[in-house]
Amino acid sequence: MDPTALFECLSSLSCVVTQTSTGLIVGALLFLVAAGLTLIFGVLRIINFAHGSLYMLGAYIALSAYRITDSFVISTIVAGLGVGLFGLIFERFIMRRVYNADVLMQLLVCYALILILDDVVKIVWGAEFQSMGMPEAFQAPPLFIGGGIIPVFYVYLIAAAGVIAAALWFVLTRTRMGKVVRAAAHNPTMTSVLGLNTSLIYAGVFALGGALAGLAGALAAPVRSMSPGMGFSILIESFIVTVIGGMGSVSGALVGALLIGLVRSFGSIGFPLFVEGIMFIAMALILILKPSGLLGKEPRP
Amino acid sequence: MSSSTSFKKEILIGLIGLAILIAIPFLTSSRVTLDFVIRLAAFGIFATSLNILVGYGGMVSFGHAMFFGGGAYTYGLLMQKAGVSIPVAILGAIVFSALLGLVIGAICVRLKEIYFSFLTLAFQMLIHSVIITWSSLTGGDQGLMGGIPRTPFWGINLGNTTNLYWFACVIGVVCLLIMRYILQSPYGYTLRMVRDNADRARFLGIDVWRVKLYAFILSACFASIGGVIMAMFVSGAFPEFSYWTMSGEAVFMIMMGGLHAFIGPVVGAGLLLMFNDIISRTTEYHGLALGIIVLVFALGFKRGITDFVVQAWSSITRKGAQS
Repeated sequence: MDPTALFECLSSLSCVVTQTSTGLIVGALLFLVAAGLTLIFGVLRIINFAHGSLYMLGAYIALSAYRITDSFVISTIVAGLGVGLFGLIFERFIMRRVYNADVLMQLLVCYALILILDDVVKIVWGAEFQSMGMPEAFQAPPLFIGGGIIPVFYVYLIAAAGVIAAALWFVLTRTRMGKVVRAAAHNPTMTSVLGLNTSLIYAGVFALGGALAGLAGALAAPVRSMSPGMGFSILIESFIVTVIGGMGSVSGALVGALLIGLVRSFGSIGFPLFVEGIMFIAMALILILKPSGLLGKEPRP
Repeated sequence: MSSSTSFKKEILIGLIGLAILIAIPFLTSSRVTLDFVIRLAAFGIFATSLNILVGYGGMVSFGHAMFFGGGAYTYGLLMQKAGVSIPVAILGAIVFSALLGLVIGAICVRLKEIYFSFLTLAFQMLIHSVIITWSSLTGGDQGLMGGIPRTPFWGINLGNTTNLYWFACVIGVVCLLIMRYILQSPYGYTLRMVRDNADRARFLGIDVWRVKLYAFILSACFASIGGVIMAMFVSGAFPEFSYWTMSGEAVFMIMMGGLHAFIGPVVGAGLLLMFNDIISRTTEYHGLALGIIVLVFALGFKRGITDFVVQAWSSITRKGAQS
């Protein structure tokens, strides 16, 4: 516990800039994972406990794609598409069977998937820690803003996440497809009565959520070390983000993710051991004071 | 009172089971059997305690291992650092878990279904990361090393494996009987009513939140006893005890054994322990093999072993009645 270090940091511009940029990349990655989680929850009313494993899969697919193609942009796209496809298969063959089963079965199926994927990653990519290394395109000297150091890749990551967030917002609110998805989230029975194939919408949303997690994994690959089981901590954090922002609310996920990202980066200076504790306290407070989250709507009756 | 006579019958069944278990060391000297039963006692209590929440309370906790680990660590630390006697350390572990259950349960039981599952999972990861980071007390990711002393008490020396075996059997059977008694009491039926129809229970003047919270605390206490037996057995406590995979295994034990019969979770615990032993002997990819087994049970059978037994039994008796 060292609050003086935090005050010192807050009073110097360079430290604020550096920490804010770190907080933003953490927040950006969290947002991508949490957006998928909250979208799947909003439409399908299930929590995909295996979402962290999709993130892990994205990171590893990006690693292999990068080693083959040597292009980070291509490997990001491959990871997004690959994990999206995997999400689709997982939904069609496994998850679909437990929509109407009780929570116990949904939990067990996700538990099984996490175990299986962790071991598959171990078999294919090895159990040891792996790292992609910084792609050559981003091995430029960092930017200096107000004395703070911001690596070029951070700027790229934040911009990429911003573009994805904007695209997601556009699709969900301005297109017919988004309208259909929102209708299915609001009232699935009525939506299917109107002749829309809700089963297909569910599959699409699951694939989209998977693709977002895969993109997040790929974008995280150069700045995070990879190991089987890496998905679990981000699962917990993105769950906290969705609770704070409001389950089912994508804009809430954005607010929550940035909040948690900044708390993490500044908290690691002031009170490194209590960062996780603070996230949990924040979540508990939200759950007690406003269970629907900061931007969440009242739960569907 | 019919319920008290039926409970007397159950005490009798429990005592017969205990007598058989106690006799085993006289029949075989195989360490493997004794070790298996000790682990079964620990996981049987653990899984049954979780079933108080899942089967009887309708609350699918995915973080129950925090109490298992919490009990193991509290017991180990009290024995190692405070040097108290074994009964005091066990009591300390139960009290600690009850307090932990009170605080976490007070927040969690407000939520329904999948929210509840995820929140318990999240709290468990908090406990797990506290255990990992507070390494000066808990030994970090190495676990509580150096062995937990098994100081003799009341003339019982648990340093001897056979004595430890008997002790675990007695604790296991006694805990199962107490849980059975609680679940057959008026409180147990109130809990079932809250599970089936919380609104109706509320209209009848039942404080639903309180009933659920009591169930949460109770199951936390019994889970910690399971953790204590495990800590005694391995003479240590490890972070994996409170990791999410442990909770997942407990949930699977319940599902595989069947959550509609009281003894189901114990059956499931025995099966999973056997599966785990076979898997770790034959392959290094433990998660892959276990994951496939879980999928087969969850998607294929869709119910537990005891459910099949109960079904078969009722169809036999029905046929008998017809002929």
